[in-house]
This record gives sequence, C-alpha cells and structure tokens, in this order.
Amino acid sequence: MANEKPKLTSVFFNGIISENPTFRLVLGTCPTLAVTTAASNAIGMGAAATFVLVGSNLVISLLRKFIPDKVRIPAFIVVIAAFVTIVQLMMKAFLPDLDKALGLFIPLIVVNCIILARAEAFASKNGPMASVVDGIGMGVGFTLALLVIASIREILGNGTIFDIPILGTAYEPALIMILAPGGFITYGVLLAIFNKLTANTAKKEA
Amino acid sequence: MDPFTKIILLMLNAILCNNFVLSRFLGICPFLGVSKKVDTAIGMGLAVTFVMALASLFCYFAQMLLDSLNIGYMQTIAYILVIAGLVQFVEMVLQKTSPSLYTALGVYLPLITTNCAVLGVTILNFDEGYNLLESVLNGVGGALGFTLAIVLMAGITERLELSKIPTPLKGFPIGLITAGLMSIAFLGFSGLIK
Repeated sequence: MANEKPKLTSVFFNGIISENPTFRLVLGTCPTLAVTTAASNAIGMGAAATFVLVGSNLVISLLRKFIPDKVRIPAFIVVIAAFVTIVQLMMKAFLPDLDKALGLFIPLIVVNCIILARAEAFASKNGPMASVVDGIGMGVGFTLALLVIASIREILGNGTIFDIPILGTAYEPALIMILAPGGFITYGVLLAIFNKLTANTAKKEA
Repeated sequence: MDPFTKIILLMLNAILCNNFVLSRFLGICPFLGVSKKVDTAIGMGLAVTFVMALASLFCYFAQMLLDSLNIGYMQTIAYILVIAGLVQFVEMVLQKTSPSLYTALGVYLPLITTNCAVLGVTILNFDEGYNLLESVLNGVGGALGFTLAIVLMAGITERLELSKIPTPLKGFPIGLITAGLMSIAFLGFSGLIK
C-alpha cells in the first residue's frame, strides 16, 4: 500500500484474488490441510478465522499508536489469542459438533500465520475502517480457498458434498483423498493450476 | 503393560504413526519454508525439540495453576504466553552460554513461537490427559518426528533443485506433492501400534 488511503474495494478484493492468503501467499497451511476433509468443516474454519481476523485487525489498528514498536509482536499475539478464546467458547456453546470436528485447530488459529501477517503488514499501518475491510477480504479469500480444496477432497474421497451424496452408489470413494496425503496432493496441484493461470494473465497484461 | 513399554510406544506413536507434520498437519510452514538444506533443517529440528520439551513441561504447570485458580478458559492465552516467554528465554540463555549454538540456531529461534507444532503439542497433552512424564515424552517424540520429516524433506529438496520441474510446479506445489508422497509412505507405519 504505497498511497495513504487505500481504496476500500481494492483492499477487499486484494485478499480474495491478488493476495489470496492460501494460493498466493501460501500462509496458514496447517489448518488449510487439516480441516479440508469436508466442505462444512471448511466453512466453519473459514468463518472462525474471518471473525478473528476482523476482530484482531480492528483492535490492533485502533491501538497501533499506543503499542511500542519493540513489544508489538507479543502484543499482537495477546490480542489474537483473546479473540480465539472468544471463538472457542462460542463454538463450544453453540456448535458442539463443529467444535469436535475442528478440535485442536480452533486454538491453533492463534498461530495461524495469516492473522499475524495481516496484523503486522496491514492493521499496524492503516486505519480501523480499512483494516476491517482487509480482514473481511482476507477471511473470505481464505474461506473460499478452503471450500475449493474441501469440495474436491470430499467429492473424491467420500462421494458427497455437504454430506449430500452426488456421485451415486457406483462410485468407489478414494479414501486416500480424505487422509493426510490427499490434502497435500490436492493443495499442491491446485497451487500449480493457480500459478499457471496467474502467469497466463500476467503475460496477457504485459 | 510395564511403564517402559508404554514409554517406547508413546514415542514411536509420536514419531512415526502420528507424525506431527505428515499426518497431524502441525508445523507445515517451517516444514515447507525452512527445509531447503539438510544442515539448517537439523538445526531447526534441534531448536524445536528443545523448545517443545520445555513447553510441554512448563505448560503442564501452567495448566495446574489455571486449574487451581479455576480459569481454565484462559488456556490458549496462557499457553501462547508461556511459549513466547520460553522462546525468548532460551534465546537469551543460549546467547550467554553457548554463542556458537546461538549463531547456528539464531535465525530460527523467534520463528518457533509461531510454529503450530509447539502450541499443538501442549494442547494435545492436555486433551489426551497425559501426566507430566507422558507430556514431556510426547513433546520430545513429536519434535523428533518433526525433525525427521524436515530433514527428509530437505534431502529431497536438495535433489529437486537440480531437476527439471515445470514452471507452475516450482516451489510450494512440488513441495506439497512431495510431502503427500512422504505422507503415503508414513501411512505404512500406522499399523505398527494398535
């Protein structure tokens, strides 16, 4: 962001396409791989991470003039951890099934590099409004990416999407897609496709 | 089951059957980012092992304190503060006592705070209800599994640098696909412990 006041719409779409956290920046890979076994888990994780992103971006942006530069990283982490705790408690209370499915990876949102990276790269330098929009954009970009990976893995590995069978009984589910290797390989292949597509558009523009 | 067998099984489980990187998806960022050379991968692995063992130990006591104060919901915040403090402390101690090790590990130490394997192992210890000894062993075992994975990956990456790879696959995509194949290999260990 070279200019003083970045346009809100461009900030928003920045997170979805040109700086998509999953496919362009390759941040937050652990939850990306771990929770994408089913499309519904992906939405849940995406929503939780978006909430934390927006909240922490807002608070950090409001506090950016008060936090001394030297202790800014620990300060950011405490703010993020507070929002993660809120999500954790809310999810335990209202969505116990989702909480069980995501398990360990809800508290691990604290160390999700996307959130700390946005706090450091965006929220600590921009106003609260732009920071919130950036949080929403990044969150939506992350959620969409998770949804794409999860849909592929759920369809191939289980023959269903959002638990609705779509491939019929003749389809023999490829279990490996739901297991760990399927996550790595699906993500790798999608990343390669994304690279190829963006390389093509860059060539056209040039 | 005698305690010795139990310890061996716990370690094997953490290193091979449920490898932190390849089957639990913890610590993927350093796994993909740092493992470019075998030497640096070993350094990173050692630093992580040290911090994970200490983190398991200290978070066990932190949990006891939280329980006695009846504020269990502060778990996530308390753990991350313990880990951040610990990393800072280890950094300072190493700087004073062993400057050579410090310069060797220096760059990786601050990164460990945001390595999700460290926070992950402490929360897993709590979820599984491990006692103090089991927690520390799980921490060490998990970290050794992490080290094994990044050193293997570094060895493969060194060879990948020399091979012809289609441009879109360069960097992360080929790394992820390699990790997928390694993960398939590690699935073979899953029958080792029932």
